[in-house]
Amino acid sequence: MTQPDVASVSATNAGNNRSPILEVTNVRKYFPVKSSGLIRRTIGQVQAVDGISFEVQRGQALGLVGESGCGKSTTGRLITRLLDPTSGSIKFEGNEISHLSTKKMLPLRKEIQMIFQDPYSSLNPRHTVGSIVGTPLRVHKVVPDKKVLDRVRELLEVVGLNPEHYNRYPSEFSGGQRQRIGIARALALQPKLLVADEPVSALDVSIQAQVVNLLQDLQKEFNIAFLFIAHDLAVVRHFCPEVAVMYLGKIVEIADRETLYSRPHHPYTQALLSAVPDVKQAAIGGRRERIRLEGDVPSPVNPPSGCRFRTRCWMAKDICAKQEPPLLQIGPTHKVACHFAGVYGAMPTSPITLDALGVDEHGTPVAGATPSTEDLIKPGFSETYTNLESHKSSSDRLAGDND
Amino acid sequence: MTDSTFLTSEGTESSPNAAQGVPGAAAPYLVVEDLTVRFPTADGLVQAVTDLSYTLEQGKTLGIVGESGSGKSVASMAIMGLHDVKRSRMTGSIRVDGREIVGLPNNRLQEMRGGEVSMIFQDPLSALHPFYSIGAQISEAYRAHSKVSRSKAKAKAIEMLDRVGIPQARNRVDDYPHQFSGGMRQRAMIAMALVNDPKLLIADEPTTALDVTVQAQILDLLQELQRDFNSAVIIITHDLGVVAEMADEVLVMYGGRAVEHGPTRELLTHPEMPYTWGLLSSVPDVTADTSARLIPIPGNPPSLLNPPEGCSFHPRCLHRDKVPGDLCRTELPLLIEGNRGPNHLKRCHLANPDMIYESEVLPEIAPDLVEFVRTDAATDVSPEDR
Repeated sequence: MTQPDVASVSATNAGNNRSPILEVTNVRKYFPVKSSGLIRRTIGQVQAVDGISFEVQRGQALGLVGESGCGKSTTGRLITRLLDPTSGSIKFEGNEISHLSTKKMLPLRKEIQMIFQDPYSSLNPRHTVGSIVGTPLRVHKVVPDKKVLDRVRELLEVVGLNPEHYNRYPSEFSGGQRQRIGIARALALQPKLLVADEPVSALDVSIQAQVVNLLQDLQKEFNIAFLFIAHDLAVVRHFCPEVAVMYLGKIVEIADRETLYSRPHHPYTQALLSAVPDVKQAAIGGRRERIRLEGDVPSPVNPPSGCRFRTRCWMAKDICAKQEPPLLQIGPTHKVACHFAGVYGAMPTSPITLDALGVDEHGTPVAGATPSTEDLIKPGFSETYTNLESHKSSSDRLAGDND
Repeated sequence: MTDSTFLTSEGTESSPNAAQGVPGAAAPYLVVEDLTVRFPTADGLVQAVTDLSYTLEQGKTLGIVGESGSGKSVASMAIMGLHDVKRSRMTGSIRVDGREIVGLPNNRLQEMRGGEVSMIFQDPLSALHPFYSIGAQISEAYRAHSKVSRSKAKAKAIEMLDRVGIPQARNRVDDYPHQFSGGMRQRAMIAMALVNDPKLLIADEPTTALDVTVQAQILDLLQELQRDFNSAVIIITHDLGVVAEMADEVLVMYGGRAVEHGPTRELLTHPEMPYTWGLLSSVPDVTADTSARLIPIPGNPPSLLNPPEGCSFHPRCLHRDKVPGDLCRTELPLLIEGNRGPNHLKRCHLANPDMIYESEVLPEIAPDLVEFVRTDAATDVSPEDR
């Protein structure tokens, strides 16, 4: 971790060549909790997604990992507009889509498609494969009705199914084959962005690899961008050059995969990675230290104050309860939301976020400080970032023009 | 290396004596011999489990690995006597502590179930009754096997919940399953399974429905409890990582048959059956090279109604051409001792699988391990082992 001249490194790495197809800025989704009884008043809110920002690059893949209930599937549904966001902005190819009407959204549905987790419940058992894959073609009138069948056959072939099986019903296919049908349906409109929500987790291990390889081939061939949502850290690492980790509705760390998997800086990411059983390590007799997290994920109806992970975190101090850590950029392509972000075993003893938040070590606001929180909700990576190396002496924010 | 006895079903035509193990040693706690389970259905006979044999001693953990439909759950449910005699045909022998289970009447099975032998199911939400409180369900299991008062049984339930790490067990004992989180439900089910100090615990995919951090907690808990109770544990899973961390021995099942069986470390470093290779190569791990493609097992798992002739894995096997003649298509290989000693059994016609694995398979899936496995091979196998 020697970065002698960070500014120049960042200028080449953070890259102006990034061209996001999807920009999500500070998006929230709260579900109301209603009281029981005749008059169902709203008595609370499930903060399923609470202010997340990220970018997906054209033809690239962003992985979204986290445990059940962290809001990763809700995020996928917000982007495909199956759910309406409570607030925030979702830009697809530069156009705001977060509050488009159903009618205005229709042409965009062609561009953003989704692959669902369960190949058994996401295909209508009473429709033939030809009708399932052909429906999007008919709805969007992308090919003349006469040509639909030909196109369906083509699509089935692309995903590795027998094109002559268009007349069969989903029940005649195995789980892996059904998932291929779902993929063919998603591909029918040649989308630019595919939201894949746990695309392989319902499949047997030997079949998972077939589907992952298929998705990779399709991505290369058609230059599709992926938002790949999964809880399997190894599959996400294999598929996505960039990975975001979610915890209780927030992104806690987002980075390129090398950084995230080899030098995670957020305690939750560290715990998550250490919990994955590793065949290779066990086979050769070595064993990594496993970080044991106590307890369960708190309820998103009433999340902890400050940092949401603090109730299970071994690093938690006063400031964690008072101030929510911002998603601070600490490397060319690395952002982390932790007051004490650092490599496991060498985490800093004083908070790294004080300047950004304008507070002192106990989380009390400092008079006259100018918190830069506005910058901190921007998606993507900027060319300047907080250098953790130099932070040890004083928490310098590197000079330079923002943006 | 473990000291348990391995049985070869067809290989050595296991005699009753062989099941008793090494002369002088006590008989293993669980002996499964030539177990075959068939289900007659409208479509034909489902050959769920065929000629399965293994033994397990107290204090040891056996991992059974396989895909859905490999027979791993059916075989284990047979140990619990959970197959309806009217709807299944079961032959062979299962002896728990010397007592034959196959053909035992239901009331006798009932005495054993949940007492000496108990089971943890995959999905705690459907395995727990939604109408009864957690405490009531645990005390019921306790009172079924010991004559104690309700209040004593409840005290025991609280003790068990505390033991498996439910915070404030006294306050949570009257909660219903829906008030527990997924990890807590699984803990409650483990508490229920352990309430009668079982000598054999069967965990059927105990962590599949759970998140990784919770999975780590549950696996730690199981290991800790096993140490305390010295139970024999069978852990059924499709996740080789779980097996690698938990099991002393691994049994790989495919199409209802055991295809490979050996001590965990040995089997994972020197697998001798192409199906096991396929399992190892089709899952990415968190340290692998990301530019490498996954090597899937082609095709689909076999139908148990009409299993393929010969080796049931041959239609998907990438190495069948290395066997002379049409042997893989025509003849079922026996589960026999491999090239690496009597503890490691495989069901494959390949003559030198260890060499093929080292030179062809391993360099593709884990180039960084080639050196380790080669040198390991040189030191690990002592002359008397061969």
